[in-house]
Amino acid sequence: MNATVNAVEMRGISKSFNGVTVLTDVDFDVRSGEVHALAGGNGAGKSTLMKIMQGVYQPNSGEILVEGEVVKITSIQAAKTAGIGMVFQEFSLVPSLTVAQNIFLNAESLNRAGLINDSEARRRAREIFADMEVEVDPRAEVARLGTAYWQLTEIAKALAQNARVLIMDEPTASLAKHETEALFALIGRLKARGISIIYISHRMDEIYRIADRITVLRDGRKLFTEPLTEITPEQIIEGIVGKKIEGQLSYRVREAAESDTEPLLEVRGLSAGTRVKEVSFTLHAGEIIGLAGLMGSGRTELARALFGIDRIDSGEVLIRGKKARLSSPQRAINAGLALIPEDRRDQGLVLDHSVRDNLLLPLLGQIGNGPFLSAEKGKLLADSLIKQFAVKVDNPGRAVSLLSGGNQQKVVLAKWLGTNPDVLILDEPTAGVDIGTKSEILDRVRALADEGKGVIIISSEYPELLAISDRVLVVRDGSVIRDIPRNEIVDEEALQLVVQGV
Amino acid sequence: MQTPTSAQSIDAAPKRTISTTLAGIDWRRYVIYIGFVVVFIFFAILLGNQGFLSATNLLNILRQTSTIMVIAVGMTYVISAAEIDLSVGSIAGLSSVVTAMSISAFGVVPGIAAGLVVGVVVGGINGTLVSLLGIPSFLVTLGMLGVAVGTAQWITNSAPQPILSDAFNNMFGSGNIGPVPSLVIWAAVFVAAGALVLSRTKFGRQVLATGGNRKAADFTGINTKRIKFTVLLLSGVVASIAGMLYAGRLQSGRFQWGDGDELSAIAAVILGGTSLFGGSGTVIGTMFGALLIGLINNGLVLAGLDSSQQQIVRGAIIILAVALARRK
Ligand SMILES: Nc1ncnc2c1ncn2[C@@H]1O[C@H](COP(=O)(O)OP(=O)(O)OP(=O)(O)O)[C@@H](O)[C@H]1O
Ligand SMILES: [Mg+2]
Repeated sequence: MNATVNAVEMRGISKSFNGVTVLTDVDFDVRSGEVHALAGGNGAGKSTLMKIMQGVYQPNSGEILVEGEVVKITSIQAAKTAGIGMVFQEFSLVPSLTVAQNIFLNAESLNRAGLINDSEARRRAREIFADMEVEVDPRAEVARLGTAYWQLTEIAKALAQNARVLIMDEPTASLAKHETEALFALIGRLKARGISIIYISHRMDEIYRIADRITVLRDGRKLFTEPLTEITPEQIIEGIVGKKIEGQLSYRVREAAESDTEPLLEVRGLSAGTRVKEVSFTLHAGEIIGLAGLMGSGRTELARALFGIDRIDSGEVLIRGKKARLSSPQRAINAGLALIPEDRRDQGLVLDHSVRDNLLLPLLGQIGNGPFLSAEKGKLLADSLIKQFAVKVDNPGRAVSLLSGGNQQKVVLAKWLGTNPDVLILDEPTAGVDIGTKSEILDRVRALADEGKGVIIISSEYPELLAISDRVLVVRDGSVIRDIPRNEIVDEEALQLVVQGV
Repeated sequence: MQTPTSAQSIDAAPKRTISTTLAGIDWRRYVIYIGFVVVFIFFAILLGNQGFLSATNLLNILRQTSTIMVIAVGMTYVISAAEIDLSVGSIAGLSSVVTAMSISAFGVVPGIAAGLVVGVVVGGINGTLVSLLGIPSFLVTLGMLGVAVGTAQWITNSAPQPILSDAFNNMFGSGNIGPVPSLVIWAAVFVAAGALVLSRTKFGRQVLATGGNRKAADFTGINTKRIKFTVLLLSGVVASIAGMLYAGRLQSGRFQWGDGDELSAIAAVILGGTSLFGGSGTVIGTMFGALLIGLINNGLVLAGLDSSQQQIVRGAIIILAVALARRK
């Protein structure tokens, strides 16, 4: 391992899709045993650059060097041979196969008769997991495992192919706090073995914790590469966003909602399934409630029950003092509720449909022209939403699946905020969204509350939760155990302690 | 409560749910076997006096199921790869007449070769259209269903084509080897080879991966287009052999042979526990699925139900079994 030779180097990479330039003359290098952060706004081209390194796309120009040698990475297989492995933003495992079968997919060890030797695969998988110092059952079917295990399986899959460079695209986006810690510890161990890690993330605190250097992309161009010891978070954010933002994630005291008036939403002793138990709270017009809790504490399930997805077993929900029967999402929408779901690909978007059609789906009532839909009105409405939410898309008529991850999330938000609901429930609304847009989204939410709407927001990012909530409900094991006004929470740590139940 | 304890309990949570869901769900995989045994015992008790348990009857069930079973083995691959093949029944019909005509014109070996060519050509066209042009297999094979059966009817003027070669008839479907009908041996060979290849070879694993998550399979370096092509090609070839089995058993080729077999084969595959959405499949399950259908058909006949009643009961049983075996 030579300190002067880069594990991978990309030189002058340019890429365009159908004439739209996505990357322009990007240089990027990763040293052996380094954690190299890659940052940039939504649609800046991070995932595309990494997909080029991984052989998923071919660059229009530029070259890639592995350990100092120019290599042609013309396919994923070629990238693997060159020692480059990727942990995808959208996972790339086969759910119906077992962990071991996935790890050795297409690289199965065969016995003398040429048949697959699954027990050998299990043994080797066990070895790899032991090396990683994590516990995963190689026999488990992947479909039954949680996200954290999927990720470990992906990492093991890359290691099984002797990857020297691991690309992790927003790996913590769907991990719980302790799972994130475990991943960081694992990254540390991999690094010690000389494996290089490219780490894409929108979270500044994570980047500072684990990365050695950072490269910032803006609009498909490389802005700079710097050691993290020589750059401040403010400089990075300015680089990503293109302008200074001040106090973006701090709480702004808003006019207190009038708590003596009739509440907008009142929940009494609500139980649903095994994950929501006896939940009671009230939400007033103009109020923003944050739900804090560990992953799996039942916050998402509470949101689902309120929105009529999961059946309510007991308890009642009153909207403006009137009992509401929330037995289906349709009824919940009619009662003035909107839910922005956690998993955007699964629940939030019709991926093959155009950006415009996705935006207009809940708004078809507004673009009517007699019994027909007006294409003209639809276009105008969609364009205004795209502008409001700064969705980076050059042609709204193209499939939403072609947008970058963060921009897809913006489409989901825009889609639901367009419906003008009375009560808005947001489940991890800013997951995968870049820093500039995050504060814009929070501003939008505040503005909605100022208009007299009620907002319930679920977030695992404490700074965000504290920046936006007027009250925080702490959820544990499906019950609300604390209801704390914002001004009684001193800081992030205080909230974290309450959540963990110390 | 201290932090460490709470952290530990969270750690344990996913594992606990994994093992409990496993315990709760796994039996669904065996629904087909349980169902098979239950139906068998049910008929044995109810129809014991009508000769259900006699060796002749049991052998009859096997013989009647064999052809469907062969087709269903091919279908298991197609469905595991998240595709469908509706043309198998008419491929069988076309292959039966082409084989019969070629045998009378050129002899047994060219006849068999001609039958196989039918499977290769039709299956190959299906595969090419699906994998290269990206047309859904449902549509391609639905169209091919019409094309193949129409061709068979046209070239024969709707007339049956007798096969006079005893060698052919004995080998394909009419003869016995010892006490065992050759049909049953054909089915056994297909099931054994099909099961081994799907569960224990690279190709089989690639089929399952393609059906389970095509993108993941692509990213892993599997040529999923080739896989989709190959399963449809295989299914066509297997169906053409099934057509020869019909021809041998009935000592003639006729465009109606195999009519409607696509639906029985799909039912057998799904009953057997292969996911209709691809990604998981078992040939042994398919075999039991086919046997179960054969068992039900036989039992209903012995019980004296007329054909309309048989259809109703068969349909209801299939829905029930799939509902029980469904995975959520
Ligand atoms: N296959 C494709 N066809 C057309 N355009 C594409 C394709 N893939 C990506 N793009 C476009 O390229 C741009 C860069 O996308 P990319 O996914 O690399 O962004 P990103 O930096 O990863 O953003 P995010 O932080 O939101 O994940 C986006 O504008 C996206 O719409
Ligand atoms: Mg991305």
